[in-house]
Amino acid sequence: MKYLHLIWAALFRRKARTFFTLVSILAAFLLFGMLDATRAAFSSGGSVVGVDRLITTSRYSIIQSLPASLATRMQAVPGVKTVGYANWFGGIYQDPKNFVLSFAVSDNYLDIYHEIVLPPEQRKAFESTRTGAIVGEALAKRFGWKVGDKIPLQSTIFPQRNGDKTWPFDLVGIYTPAKGAANGTDQQFFFHHKYFEDANAFQSVGTTVGWYAVQLTSADKADAVAKAIDALSANSDHETKTQTEQAFNASFAKQLGDIGLIVSAIMGAVFFTLILLTGNTMAQAVRERTNELAVLKTIGFSSGSVLGMVLAEGMLLLLLGGVIGLGLAGVIVPIVAKGSGGMLNLPPIGVQTWVLGLVLMLAIGALVGALPAIRAMRLNIVDALAGR
Amino acid sequence: MATLIDIQDLSKVYERGRQKVEVLHGVNLKIEEGDFLALMGPSGSGKTTLLNLIGGLDTPTGGSITVAGDRIDRLGSGALAKWRAAHVGFVFQFYNLMPMLTAQRNVELPLLLTKLSGAQRKKNASVALQLVGLADRATHKPSELSGGQQQRVAIARAIVSDPTLLVCDEPTGDLDRQSAEEILGLLRELNREHGKTIVMVTHDPKAAEYANHTLHLDKGTLVEQAVA
Repeated sequence: MKYLHLIWAALFRRKARTFFTLVSILAAFLLFGMLDATRAAFSSGGSVVGVDRLITTSRYSIIQSLPASLATRMQAVPGVKTVGYANWFGGIYQDPKNFVLSFAVSDNYLDIYHEIVLPPEQRKAFESTRTGAIVGEALAKRFGWKVGDKIPLQSTIFPQRNGDKTWPFDLVGIYTPAKGAANGTDQQFFFHHKYFEDANAFQSVGTTVGWYAVQLTSADKADAVAKAIDALSANSDHETKTQTEQAFNASFAKQLGDIGLIVSAIMGAVFFTLILLTGNTMAQAVRERTNELAVLKTIGFSSGSVLGMVLAEGMLLLLLGGVIGLGLAGVIVPIVAKGSGGMLNLPPIGVQTWVLGLVLMLAIGALVGALPAIRAMRLNIVDALAGR
Repeated sequence: MATLIDIQDLSKVYERGRQKVEVLHGVNLKIEEGDFLALMGPSGSGKTTLLNLIGGLDTPTGGSITVAGDRIDRLGSGALAKWRAAHVGFVFQFYNLMPMLTAQRNVELPLLLTKLSGAQRKKNASVALQLVGLADRATHKPSELSGGQQQRVAIARAIVSDPTLLVCDEPTGDLDRQSAEEILGLLRELNREHGKTIVMVTHDPKAAEYANHTLHLDKGTLVEQAVA
């Protein structure tokens, strides 16, 4: 620590160069923070509440619906406790940029999704109101909705029988997601599938569902139950694919592409460029200080100390730029999430991202500092002082 | 007086590509404790090489160098660095101060290698700056000081850890006459009042007059000895 002022002074020896290098590091880690938040948004978010649930979709495409008649046969499979179903609605509130994650759900849906915590009186109101809807508290806060409001949602897909694509709903409940619920649970909008069927211009909606949600009697029966359910539709025109909720969420996100791979590829390119850029800056900075490093060694600083100081300089540079960049991402991510109108439910920069970010900063810092540090360590005092 | 530096049959050969250049050969020299010695000679005579060997910046090809009883020619690079930190202060022609540090911080540098506390380091550096007459310039950076003042800071840095020996390579080579005389006067004071042993390389006969002895080197051999 007693060398810190020396390292700090060396780092800011050329202020403009250090400033621009810091800006590039800052930009790289700002991007890292935002992309990692995007990746987290498209993953299950580490939810553990759905381990005793399976999701059954069409084997071929998530957008292909399944027969409603399958529910009773699925219910008869040993290990199945409850079978519910849902349909994508694709709602928009007032303006196309205000996208709402909205679903038509079966009456028993809340019995399967325990993490949707609704006060008893609101649950009762939901059950008894045909056009009733419940929303997550974050979604209600976003649009300033309160219980009793009439909410018109325009569907991007389904018109009503009168041809109008705007569906009126009565907001009867605002739920709070239980601890451990998946990312974005508090951003959702649920209403009755029965209302969806009755008022829908598409007659097929009454005989089909989007997907099934299956509650198991025990999580360890997941494999056997999934196979049994898929066997019910084997060799039919509606073969199913039953998977854990986590796998379902992942495959849902992959409809857009392999987000994890895309994020990794972008960050790989960004960090590779950063290593080249910062490495070059560090090498140049140390080359300019050859004489000063030789003086330090003349005074009695060991080769190891000089090596350590140059390595620490690289790490400090990365830490400074990286921490500011990641901190800035922490500020910008919620703003972007809010500005996306619900399309991007970006979680805040979490501890995991910070830890990974700090490890990357230190690793890149050590990497870019390594070559100049070794060169400084091997410096011959007499040659360096003579300018050779 | 006791012998501080004892050099026996010293030789140094540099390899420049495939060429071998013998810079010093068969040098024998004894320097007493408290002496102020000037080394003179034409360019390429080997005086800076001899100074570097005495200061432990380089190792000889042959012969021995004993300083205060330590055979420094036998020390490895790590041990030699520790030895330099404890026993030698260096003064260069171009001052070689850290441009981004203040005078105070520059003087403190050798003390970072000791176990002194931050407060003690600061105090010792202030004393050293006071000794060279620059106490009021402690917070100035080298670029804010004249050449003579920078060299004074370099001398303060050289003496702050109270070394046995000061090695000075052309300490006035970059200074005007008045500043040069001030620096030489300061070195003489350090020698006479504080008992520092000084070995100084110089081209300037006037500078050499400040020393107690002058040795001349030519083509790597000591050729003449004069007593001031």
